[in-house]
Amino acid sequence: MATVKIRIPTPLQKLTNNKDEVNGSGKTIKDMLSNLESDYPGFKERLYDDEGQLRRFINIYVNEEDIRFLDGEETNLNDGDSISVIPAIAGGLGKQI
Amino acid sequence: MSFTLGLKCRECGREYPAEPVHVCEFCFGPLEVKYNYDEIKLALTRDVIESRPANMWRYRELIPIDSEPTVGLHNGFTPLVRAKNLGKELGLNNLYIKNDSVCHPTLSFKDRVVAAAVNKAREFGYDTVACASTGNLANSVAAHAASAGMKSYVFIPHDLELTKVLGTSVYGTKLIGINGSYDDVNRFCSEVAAVFNWAFVNINIRPYYGDGSKTFGYEIAEQLGWAAPDNVIVPVAGSSLITKIHKAFKEFEGLGIIDKANSKIFAAQATGCSPVTTAIKAGMEDFKPVKPKTIAKSIAIGNPADGYYGIKVVGQTNGWGEDVNDQEIVDGIMLLAETEGIFTETAGGVCVGVTKKLCEQGRIKKDEVTVISITGQGLKTTEAVEDHLNSPVVIEPKLSIFKEIEKDL
Repeated sequence: MATVKIRIPTPLQKLTNNKDEVNGSGKTIKDMLSNLESDYPGFKERLYDDEGQLRRFINIYVNEEDIRFLDGEETNLNDGDSISVIPAIAGGLGKQI
Repeated sequence: MSFTLGLKCRECGREYPAEPVHVCEFCFGPLEVKYNYDEIKLALTRDVIESRPANMWRYRELIPIDSEPTVGLHNGFTPLVRAKNLGKELGLNNLYIKNDSVCHPTLSFKDRVVAAAVNKAREFGYDTVACASTGNLANSVAAHAASAGMKSYVFIPHDLELTKVLGTSVYGTKLIGINGSYDDVNRFCSEVAAVFNWAFVNINIRPYYGDGSKTFGYEIAEQLGWAAPDNVIVPVAGSSLITKIHKAFKEFEGLGIIDKANSKIFAAQATGCSPVTTAIKAGMEDFKPVKPKTIAKSIAIGNPADGYYGIKVVGQTNGWGEDVNDQEIVDGIMLLAETEGIFTETAGGVCVGVTKKLCEQGRIKKDEVTVISITGQGLKTTEAVEDHLNSPVVIEPKLSIFKEIEKDL
């Protein structure tokens, strides 16, 4: 179980009491996102579609690397990794939303 | 007068007011402009369009700005060239080149999207525009900001072609090279956009920006005598243009401006950066991002924002996707230059090379009306061809010497 830092995009900060970075933990990305749901309810609905797939327009990075170049949701995490959740469209975080 | 009805998420359909936002806050899908087509149908007819000056604003009702444009007034309406010589080479009887290598003012189709974006940015009250760019967008944002009297910040990969760098800084923009690929620049800019209150044309202004490139498609249809072509070959980078050309034909069909929009849309990429065409060939619904390695830097985007929709448009229209290697890109540039006298950049070489492949595969038939999209200017990427061209023969100015060497030229 690794402890990591997760950067939260603006549209999801309502779920984290407006924090733009939170701590997370898990063996893999999938694990970590599932734990995130317990700490901050509502994440799952926003990140996964009705069929349980990660939404098409969400990109997740581990230490600046897109997880699609790694092992996707099965990517293993190490202590101190930095995770970013970023909307895919033009990589945008979107200030005003 | 405005003909828009706000923004709508392409994925989940949630609606938003017309603001500088581009991502659905619920599902992260892209937002697109919603138009009031009933009103547009009353206002925009063939006669109205034909009565207006020859620039992109002749389709003003279909460009998402509220007031009259104040910048980029002369952009667009580039030539649609009947390419008989190239057609002969490729075995096509009805081949055309849509030539945005001469688009005013910075010689690429990006002048269309930037004109829409900068006017919109002004309407929103911004005094600064910015972009992440592979070069052509950089040139265009810098030029339009200068002409609008706005400040501009342009972010590019550190290793762009010299002319694309100079052709940006000359306008007095603040130019920042980023150590990394375009995809790194793009992601970095999303962070900058979240902190600085600027109009990032391809980030927070993206829904409005993207619709500027619909004019490329409107013009093709108008210039073909109010008809959509059978085939269009489009270079794919972020994969927006290919979707907007399709949208343009469909809008014209819906408005009754053309009869039918049954064009097959073909995606063209460089083999060294071909996430979209690879997905098309493999029958995949979505693409897998890649790390680009190609001389076609203007279209070297490994993680295309609209890749998913590009793949969809190609599938829906019974088109196809092909890619060509660096040598084929150079051959494509030279073939277009030698047959039609048009010097395009690497992205254009990609399109010519891909068209050749599609002909060989029998996917394009010889009598079909086919349009190759040439979106950029060769003088901006001379590095790509310099090693492949003969240097001038240098001689003394003496007729006898010239007569000697003339037969060997």
